[in-house]
This record gives sequence, structure tokens and C-alpha cells, in this order.
Amino acid sequence: MLIKRPDDIFPSEITPEGLYLRRREFIKTGVGLVGLAAGTTLLPEAAHALPKPVPPFSTAKKSPLSTTGETLTPHQDVTNYNNYYEFGTGKADPSRRADTLQTRPWTVSIEGLVKQPKTLGIDDIIKLVPLEERIYRMRCVEGWSMVIPWVGLPLASLLKQVEPLGSAKYVEFYTAVQADNMPGINRRYLDWPYIEGLRLDEAMHPLTIMAVGLYGEALPNQNGAPMRLVVPWKYGFKGGKSIVKIRFTDKEPRTSWMKAGPSEYGFYSNVNPEVDHPRWSQAKERRIGEILKRPTLMFNGYADQVASLYTGMDLRKNF
Amino acid sequence: MSPLFKRWQPNQRSIALIKLTLFTICLWPLARLLLPFYASVTGDLVLGFSGDELGANPIEFIIRDLGTWALNFLLITLCVTPLRKLTGLNWLLRLRRMLGLYAFFYALLHFNIYLGLDQSYDWAEIAKDILKRPFITVGMLTFALMIPLAVTSNAAMIKALGGKAWQKLHMLIYPLTICAVLHYWWLVKLDTTQPAIYAALLAVLLGARLLGRWQENRTALRSAA
Repeated sequence: MLIKRPDDIFPSEITPEGLYLRRREFIKTGVGLVGLAAGTTLLPEAAHALPKPVPPFSTAKKSPLSTTGETLTPHQDVTNYNNYYEFGTGKADPSRRADTLQTRPWTVSIEGLVKQPKTLGIDDIIKLVPLEERIYRMRCVEGWSMVIPWVGLPLASLLKQVEPLGSAKYVEFYTAVQADNMPGINRRYLDWPYIEGLRLDEAMHPLTIMAVGLYGEALPNQNGAPMRLVVPWKYGFKGGKSIVKIRFTDKEPRTSWMKAGPSEYGFYSNVNPEVDHPRWSQAKERRIGEILKRPTLMFNGYADQVASLYTGMDLRKNF
Repeated sequence: MSPLFKRWQPNQRSIALIKLTLFTICLWPLARLLLPFYASVTGDLVLGFSGDELGANPIEFIIRDLGTWALNFLLITLCVTPLRKLTGLNWLLRLRRMLGLYAFFYALLHFNIYLGLDQSYDWAEIAKDILKRPFITVGMLTFALMIPLAVTSNAAMIKALGGKAWQKLHMLIYPLTICAVLHYWWLVKLDTTQPAIYAALLAVLLGARLLGRWQENRTALRSAA
């Protein structure tokens, strides 16, 4: 598989000025987190019983797989314009209501066609491998897009914790249902729990990550805390939020959106300017912060890295 | 019907005042979009607006909001006749033209922002959109049907057409409002609660008219017999 390495670029060129000027805030937030964690571990009685402090998200190493040459979407917009239907269908509903989401304790079970199913605590997942900053474009099926500096780990490194059987062909992702904390759950727009899925090779692809943070901080609830899937060449809804279960299967998963609208949402849902949503065009998108629309790129601009996954497939049929 | 209301017959001056007040109120939905825009340019609060009101995707917000208000004004216009019949306040009829024209005004803004900011006046793309997307097709149809109504809304045109023909033409508001609700219904991704509410309101307004007509026919038949 061909993985195109981005051109070398000076950090000053990729960091927007506003963010650069606020770098001390980020460092402070990070230090605050360490301080908090350290504070708890320094309690004399509990010192040995408690797990090691969670590494600060702000020190995540910059990944060479990050998208370069794009202006980051402001933090304010990334965290206030969200689709998280469990909290309502309005774009501002999640940021207004998701503070009720309980993100600790949190476990993720990895099961299905594996040799040894496992249940991992979220804080152990965060410490599994060094966290990376991944700057990715995010294209929503509705026709808008953002550029988000995620913090996370390759999904592959999480999946390798269990040994998938040879019969495993797909990976299914289940997101949290907290009926008492999620005002949207009573409305049956979608079949809860929200289910998403990937083919095994898509899931193992180096661009696919589990995000646990963004902008150098822990993932805000409205963005899918404590851990959400990010598959940058697919429409945003493929990135299930607040994931609690990962299941290896031999059958193509039937996702929540496929159940809601089989003619409108397919399993693959790769960003493709040539394959329209039945009701609207996908040729253009409005980047948040811009006035006019810009052309949508094939595989959201990640064609060099992922097009080979779909060689020989009719992308119109496999939409 | 309601003698209490019937007693009050505004004179020319009061009607003018009522119209001026209504005219100003009907500009509020537009002001709600322009003031935040102005505030975000100047960096100051303008009448309490900071500029954040339009959210992260202001263009989409503006397009949707203008469309919603065009539809609101269509429904408000359709309320005038039932309200007049219920209350006996016949002078309400004199506000109907302004309300209808406001529906057209907001639809015109909605339409132009779609052409300019959504499609960048790319006419080939717009033509494709109209042909391929049912919700755009029906939206265009709605707007096209509004044009003859707006054009013939002045007194001279009523006179030129004659009252009967004019009334017949303006019955177009019924099918075009149905088209407007369909336009809304078909663009919604999943949660159709809002368009369903509009559909229900429209059903009540159109249903009331059908019922009224049926009753009129029955009384006419009875008195004939």
C-alpha cells in the first residue's frame, strides 16, 4: 500500500497564529491536568492503589500522517457545531446538553471473532501507546467540513490487543446508550445503540484512529468523549462517538444509518464528489468559517493513501 | 359573531398606523440575521447581538432561516381569512397583501442566497440541481408560483384582471404553500418533526376552508329547496 508522506513543513506554517498565540493556555491546561492527576496520586493512603496519571493530551507527538497546509477550524466551532443525535438533532444541542454524559468509569469491550475477548478501561487505552496529534479534514454528509487537530491512537494498535480470528472480515462499533443522560434517546430517529462498521482492512489502515482528545485537551463530551472513531476519508457519521464495544464479525455490519435510510446511506460512505446523496449533491462543501463552497475532494483528499483499498470496486454501487 | 370585536372599526388613520407597526415587526426576522452580522464586523454588541447568534455555519443558518420565514409568512397570510371570519374583524383583510408580500420578500432573499452563496451563480450547476433534486425542483416551483401573485398584488393589477380572475389566480397560494412544505420535508436529513408541524398547520388552514365551502354549499342547497 502506498502511503504518501506529506511534504516537510515548518511548524510555524501549519500552526494558525491564533492557536500559536494561545499555546501557553494549552500548556497550562496540560499542566493543570497533570496537576490534578498528580494531586490525587499524592494522597498518601491512595498513592499506590491508584493507576498512573493519564498522560496529558497536549504533549501528544505530531504525526507525519497529519494533513498539512490547511487552516484549523477554530476550537469554538469544533466544539459547538456537532451532530450527536443522542443529545438532539440541532447542531448546538450536543454542546448544550452533553455535560450529562458519564464518561468515567468507562470500559470498552473488544469481542466477537477473536481468540481472547477483552474489556479495557478507557484510561488504560489512553496509555496503551503514545498519543499522537492527527490533523484531519472532516467532511459531513450534509455538505460542510472542518479541519480538526485530533489527539488519539491508531485503531490498529487497539485492535491488536485481541487476536482476531482469520474469519473476521469486519469490525462493528457500538456507541454508548445512557438513556437517563441522553435526551435524544427517547426519539427513535435512529436505532439505538448507534452502530457503525468498517471492513477489517479499513479499520487497520494507519489513517484510522480512535480519538481521545482534540486541540490538545481531552475529548469534549459533545465530540464523543471519552473515545470516538475517526476515519478521515469517510463521511463524518462513520465516526461513532463514545464507543463502548468493538466486535469482529464475518458479515457486513448493518449500521444505524443504513437501517434509517437504506437508499441514502451505504456501508462504505466514502467521501466521493461524484456519487451524490440521493437528495443532494456531494460535489461541493462549505468549510466552516468560509462563505462560498469549495469542491469536495475524492476520498476527502486522502485518495493517495486509501484508493487502493477499493481497487476494482464500483463506488456507485458500494456507496 | 363576536359583537365585542365587531364594534371596533378602525378609521383610515388607525389602519395606517397598524400597517406601519406590522411592517416594522415583519422586518424583525431580517434584522435578527443582519444585526449579528454587523456586530461580528464591528466587534461591538449591536442591540444585544454579539455575532455568535448565527453559529459556526452562518450561511446555512441564514438560508434556512429565510426559508423558514417565507413559509411562516405564507401560513400567516393563510390565517387572515379564517381569523376574519372567526372574529368578524373585516379590516384584517387589509393587512393580507403586506403579509403575502413579506412571504415573497423572504422567499426572494432565500432564493438569491441559494443562487449566490450556495451555488456561486454557477448556472449549469443550478440547472442540474433543479432537474435532479426533487426538493430543489419543488422549491423552485414554489418560488415561480409566488411571482405572479406578487406582481398582481397592487390595486391596478386587480382592476386590470377583474376581481373574479384575480381571486382565481390568487388561489395559487394553496398549492404553492403545499409545495413549500414539501420542499422543507424533503431537505430534512432525518428528524421531520418541524416540517410535520408545518404540514399539520397547513392541513388545518386548508381543511377549515374546505369545511367552510361545504357548509356554504349545504346552506345554499337547503335554501334552494
